[in-house]
Amino acid sequence: MKILVCISNVPDTTSKINFTEGDTKFDTNGVQFVINPNDEFGLTRAMWFKEKQGATVHVATVGGAQTEPTIRKALAIGADEAIRINAEPTDGFFVARQLAEVAKNGGYDLIIAGRESIDYNGGMVPGIIATLLDMNFVNTCVSLEIEGTDAKAVREIDGGNETIATSLPLVIGGQKGLVEESDLRIPNMRGIMMARKKALHVVEATDAPTMTADVKFEKPAAKGPVKLVDAGNIDELISLLHNEAKAI
Amino acid sequence: MKPDLFEAPDYYHLDDLLSEEHLLVRDAARQWVKRDVSPIIEEYAQKAAFPKQIIGGLAEIGAFGPYIPEAYGGAGLDQISYGLIMQEIERGDSGVRSTASVQSSLVMYPIFAYGTEEQRKKYLPKLATGEWMGCFGLTEPNHGSNPGGMETKYKDMGDHYLLNGAKLWISNSPFADIAVVWAKNEEGRIHGLIVERGMEGFSTPETHNKWSLRASATGELIFSDVKVPKENLLPNKSGLGAPLGCLDSARYGIAWGAIGAAMDCYDTALRYAKERMQFGKPIAAFQLQQKKLAEMITEITKAQLLAYRLGQLKNIGKATTAQISMAKRNNVEMAIKVAREARQILGGMGITGEYSIMRHMMNLESVITYEGTHDIHLLITGADITGHQAFK
Ligand SMILES: Cc1cc2nc3c(=O)[nH]c(=O)nc-3n(C[C@H](O)[C@H](O)[C@H](O)COP(=O)(O)OP(=O)(O)OC[C@H]3O[C@@H](n4cnc5c(N)ncnc54)[C@H](O)[C@@H]3O)c2cc1C
Repeated sequence: MKILVCISNVPDTTSKINFTEGDTKFDTNGVQFVINPNDEFGLTRAMWFKEKQGATVHVATVGGAQTEPTIRKALAIGADEAIRINAEPTDGFFVARQLAEVAKNGGYDLIIAGRESIDYNGGMVPGIIATLLDMNFVNTCVSLEIEGTDAKAVREIDGGNETIATSLPLVIGGQKGLVEESDLRIPNMRGIMMARKKALHVVEATDAPTMTADVKFEKPAAKGPVKLVDAGNIDELISLLHNEAKAI
Repeated sequence: MKPDLFEAPDYYHLDDLLSEEHLLVRDAARQWVKRDVSPIIEEYAQKAAFPKQIIGGLAEIGAFGPYIPEAYGGAGLDQISYGLIMQEIERGDSGVRSTASVQSSLVMYPIFAYGTEEQRKKYLPKLATGEWMGCFGLTEPNHGSNPGGMETKYKDMGDHYLLNGAKLWISNSPFADIAVVWAKNEEGRIHGLIVERGMEGFSTPETHNKWSLRASATGELIFSDVKVPKENLLPNKSGLGAPLGCLDSARYGIAWGAIGAAMDCYDTALRYAKERMQFGKPIAAFQLQQKKLAEMITEITKAQLLAYRLGQLKNIGKATTAQISMAKRNNVEMAIKVAREARQILGGMGITGEYSIMRHMMNLESVITYEGTHDIHLLITGADITGHQAFK
């Protein structure tokens, strides 16, 4: 089985978020980047397929040279090869188009992407890859087992789970549940040393239209101070909820 | 103890100067400390025990001999990677960092640099995995800052050496499998010998009741007529320069390690100051607390730049003993001052084990003393710039 794990390079969750150029660009100054958490759950599940079922695992990302530490980490965790598509990830369609091209050329049986990246939360990439490649697709995937070409996937649905029988080739949009947080791996020194020698291919981007442009980013409004209302004073509470919070 | 919410300060974007591999190595150590050291370290410090269960993890993140070549089980990393690993470990606890420093710079380094090929092959791979732990015996009851006066000595008995003497304040001694011991031969010249646990006449009593480095085991090495096989002598360097060469390497690691302890104190105090309300405001809004925090980040940033440049010099083999002394002295004092100020920012909470600051503060009292005291490092700089040695 040949697996491609699509990895997005995202700001660490503790990063301070700021925008530049008239609030149209994310300010990366001083920001640390990590493997998108949803992708890391997928990568860790892929490692399981590698170790238990002899799968080959490649990782791919769309991004400039600055994303290489992130994919090198995936190699240190145990992926066999990495591919960097040398382009700025402008929007979901553009990224999916690039990954689909790499996936098509590589002949993968299983493509694991994250349900969404935690930076722009687009949530479109795995679905568009599946569409472009005409593959089966399971989104919000919380469990995946594979026997030969049969796949059993569990999908998170509102208030419960749905178990789906499908087959390879398959694209999944993964998330926590594929593995648990405690299963995530810290690269060890042996892995880091081996990662030095593993191939990191840089390929040029395929022509693809960018269909959207960022017009403006806004941060959520700062939280106001808490107002405490006397327990007996229901009228004031209702008036505040109605007139100030506009919640009722 | 409170959950570890550490966010590393990087005020001058030093990360931009680090290579992809530096970042990978540093972040792995950082994650490991958060996962495996922070949750348990306070308990071990409180009960004054070394957490042996983390030895495997230390080996996995490359803390044992990161710059020793791969052929001997090391990771073949550069000196900046070594420094970053020490920084991250000491961010967790100086005692744990001490264990790693001793294993790497004071045990593996002399065997690698002064040992025979057979000695390297026999010891280094097992030390790199933590299967064997080592300690380094230089200090004696009567000779601390002046190790050249040591009394431990050995005699050539034809087919073996006979070792007699005692060492004090030896990190890792109570559980170490081997000891690199510095002793004088009959001509009074200092040589290194590898003494193994189990050799007759060799014992390692533990030193109790320390208020500092409580999560690190410290003890004595006592040799009474210990027969040391001749092949256990490190042949390729002798004289005081041999142990001092190891200390250069360990002190370099400490210069980075101290930054880790300071970062942890600063980060804890900054978070606390933003959350703790007094007089209707977060205490971070008061000028006196801002002064403390602003000075801390300034000093940490300066120390980072000093360590980074020293790492570059070390990578090209140009770092001098005096330059290393300056960085060890400056950065450890910086860390102690940061710890003391940070503790005050936490008020009463600062004295509890809920937070790491007081533990760091007490640990650093050892760090400022071992591997050359604060005074001795100043005298090394003084001698270097004036040409006059003032410590003899
Ligand atoms: C927790 C811990 C772990 C240690 N681990 C090890 C280890 O693993 N291996 C090892 O070999 N040693 C180890 N040491 C020993 C350490 O290196 C010594 O404590 C240190 O070198 C100082 O020696 P001393 O304690 O004998 O102090 P002294 O040398 O007696 O110094 C006492 C004071 O006098 C000052 N002083 C001394 N000489 C001069 C001078 N010429 N001019 C001005 N002032 C002077 C010193 O600065 C100091 O303030 C450890 C120590 C501690 C506390």
